[in-house]
Amino acid sequence: MELELRGITKRFGSLVANDRIDLSVAPGQVHALLGENGAGKTTLMNVLYGLLQPDEGEILLDSKATRFHSPKDAIAAGIGMVHQHFMLVPVFTVAENVTLGIEETRPSGLLDRRKTRKDVRELSRRYGLEIDPDALVENLPVGIQQRVEIVKALVREATVLILDEPTAVLTPAETEDLFRIIRRLTDGGTSVVFISHKLKEVQAIADTITVLRRGAVVGERPPSATEDELAALMVGRNVQLRVSKEAAKPGEVVLDVSDLTVADETGRVWVDGMSFGVRAGEILGVAGVQGNGQTELCEALMGLRPTAAGRVTLAGRDLTHATPAQRLRAGVAYVPEDRQEDGLIGAFSVADNMVLDAYNQPPFASGITLNLGAIASNAAERVKEFDVRTTSAQAPVSTLSGGNQQKVILARELVREHRVLVASQPTRGLDVGSIEFVHRRIIEQRDHGVAVLIVSAELDEIYALADRIAVMYEGKITGFRPPTVPAEELGRLMAGGSDEAPGPAPEPDATAPTPAPGAGTPGAGQ
Amino acid sequence: MSEHGPTADPPGGSGGSAGPAGPEPAGPVAPEPDAAVAEVAAASPESVTGPEPEDVYSPSGRARAIWESVLSGNSLTITILAIFTALVVGGLVNAFSNNTVLHAWGNLFSAPGHAFAAAWDTAVSAYVALFEGSIFNPHTVSALFQQASLSTAIHDGYLSAVFNPLSETCVQATPLILAGLAVALPYQAGLFNIGGQSQFIGGAIVATYLGYGVSLPVVIHVVVCVIGSFAGGAALGWLVGELKARTGAHEVIVTIMLNYIMAYFLAYLLSYHYLMQAPGTVNPITLPIASDAHLPLLFGTHLRINAGFLVALACAAAIWWLLNRTTTGFEFRSVGKNPNAARVAGMNVERNWVLVMAIAGGLAGLAASTVIQGTDFTLNNQSFGTYGIDAITVALLGRGKPGGVVLAGLLFGALHAGAPLMQAQTGTPIDMIYVLEAIIVLFVAAPPLIRSVYRLRRAGGAGAAPVLSKGWGS
Repeated sequence: MELELRGITKRFGSLVANDRIDLSVAPGQVHALLGENGAGKTTLMNVLYGLLQPDEGEILLDSKATRFHSPKDAIAAGIGMVHQHFMLVPVFTVAENVTLGIEETRPSGLLDRRKTRKDVRELSRRYGLEIDPDALVENLPVGIQQRVEIVKALVREATVLILDEPTAVLTPAETEDLFRIIRRLTDGGTSVVFISHKLKEVQAIADTITVLRRGAVVGERPPSATEDELAALMVGRNVQLRVSKEAAKPGEVVLDVSDLTVADETGRVWVDGMSFGVRAGEILGVAGVQGNGQTELCEALMGLRPTAAGRVTLAGRDLTHATPAQRLRAGVAYVPEDRQEDGLIGAFSVADNMVLDAYNQPPFASGITLNLGAIASNAAERVKEFDVRTTSAQAPVSTLSGGNQQKVILARELVREHRVLVASQPTRGLDVGSIEFVHRRIIEQRDHGVAVLIVSAELDEIYALADRIAVMYEGKITGFRPPTVPAEELGRLMAGGSDEAPGPAPEPDATAPTPAPGAGTPGAGQ
Repeated sequence: MSEHGPTADPPGGSGGSAGPAGPEPAGPVAPEPDAAVAEVAAASPESVTGPEPEDVYSPSGRARAIWESVLSGNSLTITILAIFTALVVGGLVNAFSNNTVLHAWGNLFSAPGHAFAAAWDTAVSAYVALFEGSIFNPHTVSALFQQASLSTAIHDGYLSAVFNPLSETCVQATPLILAGLAVALPYQAGLFNIGGQSQFIGGAIVATYLGYGVSLPVVIHVVVCVIGSFAGGAALGWLVGELKARTGAHEVIVTIMLNYIMAYFLAYLLSYHYLMQAPGTVNPITLPIASDAHLPLLFGTHLRINAGFLVALACAAAIWWLLNRTTTGFEFRSVGKNPNAARVAGMNVERNWVLVMAIAGGLAGLAASTVIQGTDFTLNNQSFGTYGIDAITVALLGRGKPGGVVLAGLLFGALHAGAPLMQAQTGTPIDMIYVLEAIIVLFVAAPPLIRSVYRLRRAGGAGAAPVLSKGWGS
């Protein structure tokens, strides 16, 4: 089926979310929509899916003008959508989820479970989805849940499949699987609209790339276009995908961690006797596949999880059992991994979020009363300084795009007096322009003499930022390396291949402290 | 006196100055500017093209923002329409449960006009009586002007009679406002306080005991009793918070169970003369409290309105200030909106739970104080009435905001105050007002229903989510 959008315009008040957008998707093609967060990709797809009505323009299916008043119409016309956040019932089986809303019954009036199971199995085989119709959705990994969403669309006979940021939640291996499935779908004649802001993925999968910026189409390119060209189109100016930086000038060890052991409530050990030091003016990057204890390490460093054994000191001051508030006051700036869950209060204004961990400090409070004037003027200043795009400093932070939300967190953390910056997945889900901004700020911090600890699952990010790389595997550091180390070597360490001897590893450069407890405080913990 | 006179206190006797200019029970004033601004901001889906940040703050920008938020169906509009709709539905229920009306409809085809007229009359006369009983009764004014002179009118209490409905509304509203605050405040911190009843009883026991069992100088006695009631309620609230903080026990379960425990504890106290039962009686009732411990009347002896009403208003103002202007309130709201982020920002989530529940318990205790020291002057095993449950509906209607709770409390207070006259004049059962309350809450809790009935635009995105319908788990 040939799908064409002609002159689609959608306004929200004075804001034009989609400005006369033309787009045509040929059968069996992967058409990528590339654009920064807030460029209008999702709005456009919601128009196409019948969730929003366009103010102008029309949708043509096989050259016939159509109107979708609701997703029901869109589904009937053969359009399927896989949302970024899945719409599944966790306690139902795959087959039950797939059949939800279009349940078929036997003459007796009972649900025809057998037929649904057969359909799922059949589709699963045809497209190589490998899903078990009887598995409970809540027990499935995210990648498989996404396939259930795809099956849901296919069962409803979708010939155009919209995937909204499908890779945002996937591991690299799951992404590969998804691409394989997409290719099989297009071979069968299904068209796919692939929404993303990740250049590499779009280049890898798309047949045509349409770039959106500020609600308008700014160009259409073949997948052979260079990364720099696409990024420039997306952002509207030339961006540096790799922020330039000078060599580090490391000073004293500021953050010293020795034999740190962290376990959860069930007794499972997540961080297993880790030791490292971060010096003033250097960035230590912790690389590793997600789920190897990085989250727990950061939470323990912030006092959000109890330390089972070991010692954490900041410039000689023991913080091992300090509360989060004490650590913040001691000079730790923290950018949490999940900014919406841990970093921000969505319903609060931008201004309030900018003082979320300093609300009880002067000048924002005197005694127990808040100084609203100081909070507002602080916000006005930071919004300007960090170029936060918001309608007003009083707008709820949840209305901001991901990149701007991260800017709010940085504005809060970096302005507070601090000597250490702990940033976990600082650019997850951000677009190219925001990544450049965040990386620039982090390097700036290093140059001001802050000890920076970056935890990231993205090797690109580790290479871009780190002056020294520590690889984490199952709660242990499998090795320290300089940023010149080849990716294969890091890959080997990330898979658990450890250094030669259990003793002190050979130091890659003179600035690095020994990974063994010798550097800091021997005999602590246990 | 005409048959339409006030039902509570027949006029007669001395004193009585001009009545208070009572606040409008049902007319909420301008919407909070903050809320209006937030609504508009929420209506723009993404913030790509940031207009001038100052835009919203200019007077015209703000006026537009308020107008926009009204059009897009914000919570205030929804609330007012919900009340209006409830009055219409309540009128229908009333009309069609009335025998005369049903009979008239039985003869619909022979006398169609009569059927509609009968239904209309029944519904309207009930509301008129409700209005006369709670706000203003014109008969009291004509009675006032039939007196020989103004001074005798004042002396005989005819002037007080004019203001009696408003006074009764305020008296009924007082404990509802305080107990409503006891639900609304923890709600802001993410907790559901279903324990208004137990905390009320806790406050009532302390206030009553201090009232009859202790003798203190004049002014000090009443103050000590009020503070004691706060402490009594706060102790029970603190217990709930402490249990949740230490053991993770869900506050909904704990408060519901405590309601039973305290109700039976009160019954126990009132069963033995050596505990709190009044000597020489077999009834579960205490001695009356000393007159020193009575809350002072505000406008003379003919009107029951007392200092408790001022306490309630002061508490609402204080809670508003606490929530919006202090670091403690900032913590409460942070913990309520996102406990994870609050913890990361260095706040002690558990301590906030304990503190907010203690304050809430204290407020429910104060509600007891205004009943015991303001109107009842004694404690029996039914004194707690349905305040604990009414508090939840008041907080819900007030959208969990102190100002909203005051308005909602006044509205429900007016319904309660007008109900006896409605029953006396029109034979409509008092239960009618509970039907009204239930319908109001039903509509308030279902904004999409009201929106579709009145074809309001939806406030952007997740917009105005129903206030208490989230997060009973966790």
